Amino acid sequence: MIEVKNITKSFDGKTILHDVSATFYTGKTNLIIGQSGSGKTVLMKSIVGLVRPEKGEILYDGRDMMKMDMKQIKAIRKEIGMLFQGSALFDSETVLGNVMFPLVMFTDDPYDKILERANFCLDRVNLKGAENKYPSEISGGMQKRVAIARAIALNPKYLFCDEPNSGLDPKTSILIDELLSDITHEYNITTIINTHDMNSVLGIGENIIFINKGYREWVGDKEAIFASTNEALNDFVFATRLFQEVKDYIVSHGTTKRPNANDTND
Amino acid sequence: MVFSVASFGRYCIFTRRAFSKPEKWKVFFKRTLIEVSKLGIDSIPLVIIISLFIGAVCAIQMQINTTSPLMPSYTVGLATRDIVLLEFSNSILCLILAGKVGSNIASEIGTMRVTEQIDALDIMGINSCSYLVLPKIVGFVLIMPVLVVFCQTTSLFGGLTVALVTDLISVTKYTYGLQSFFNEWYVWYGIIKSFIFAYIIASVSSFFGYYVKGGALEVGKASTNAVVISSIAILLFDVILTKLLLQ
Repeated sequence: MIEVKNITKSFDGKTILHDVSATFYTGKTNLIIGQSGSGKTVLMKSIVGLVRPEKGEILYDGRDMMKMDMKQIKAIRKEIGMLFQGSALFDSETVLGNVMFPLVMFTDDPYDKILERANFCLDRVNLKGAENKYPSEISGGMQKRVAIARAIALNPKYLFCDEPNSGLDPKTSILIDELLSDITHEYNITTIINTHDMNSVLGIGENIIFINKGYREWVGDKEAIFASTNEALNDFVFATRLFQEVKDYIVSHGTTKRPNANDTND
Repeated sequence: MVFSVASFGRYCIFTRRAFSKPEKWKVFFKRTLIEVSKLGIDSIPLVIIISLFIGAVCAIQMQINTTSPLMPSYTVGLATRDIVLLEFSNSILCLILAGKVGSNIASEIGTMRVTEQIDALDIMGINSCSYLVLPKIVGFVLIMPVLVVFCQTTSLFGGLTVALVTDLISVTKYTYGLQSFFNEWYVWYGIIKSFIFAYIIASVSSFFGYYVKGGALEVGKASTNAVVISSIAILLFDVILTKLLLQ
């Protein structure tokens, strides 16, 4: 479990995150949602330590990252897997090389064992047969899957995904979402996904944190979101007519939780 | 100003990070060998072409400008050799390589930065600066003296080629000039300078690539800045090293 308490972060005198607190649960897909520029990427970068907040606590199963020295942070990072928006695969390495990379760097296992684990990870993301291709030779969806395979290679306790569906078609997006959800439950990982894809929100959102203008505006799950009365959240999630009609239908047919369940307005 | 005092401070911190202990020595040695091949061995064709032509041009220029009867006949060979050993094979070669290797390093690391590959390394708990930059510095510093010696030999051969294929210079006089008043220290002087220049090219270019912010346009700018600042630093250290090593 990751807990974030009263995180504040500014850039050039402008406050991007205002006293944000949130809990990300183990074995659940935790989603950070919000409009572009709302501060969700800064929040994720703060949690993984790429950005240092001015104040607050970031607790990895009770271990406060803000009080750690570089050596301790490096140790925590070995428990983290991260999927970047643009996949961030190493261009000079093949698909197999990318997945083997963390294993080569952080284990003393013999080559055969590393190869076996890398092949297992590639198999898990349905990428058998693409081992010897370079990232530039495969599609965006395949690149994301390679990045997921690389992220899970070391059996991470925490998995971070920054907009995993950006640039993907809806069908591939659903595949990636399902894969992330399956991996989270299968390996009991604390998964945090940064997204503004509403299909992801309504499909795999087990714990959703809505960030608006740097404030934590709402917390709930994919069912509670239909019942929420939070205006900013509704404007954001049900921005399209289709989603608005879906919401009206679900609420009128009573298939979700009733209003105010898990609903907090900060 | 492209390289302010603040940038210099950042460069010092960057250098300190780059010289941290590698995560895994085996990986470091493997990457160093790759850099030796990529930055050094791949530059050999360019070094050969430039050295041959510059050596030939030096010999022709010397012949044209030393027509006085007061000058000994072997002056062409002697002067060509000294120009090549003292300046061309190290300073001028490094200025040329600052363009080729410097822009290569800056654009490679810069692209890794803008495509979040460096962030990916950091998130894994790897010192990205040491992992990416140290093998480049060590690899290029190791291969540079080889390129310099290669350049010295090929340039002198370029002059000899002029003597062989034209009637401008006598082969006997040219080769006699090459051997006259030979000072071995000049060879070492070139090699010592090349170590420093290789370090400047690799570290300055890596620095500009590592701190790129933005996209493709910024990578291009970083690449240009890397070449400009490396070249200026090479010229500055050329003066300092000449003063220190030859006086």
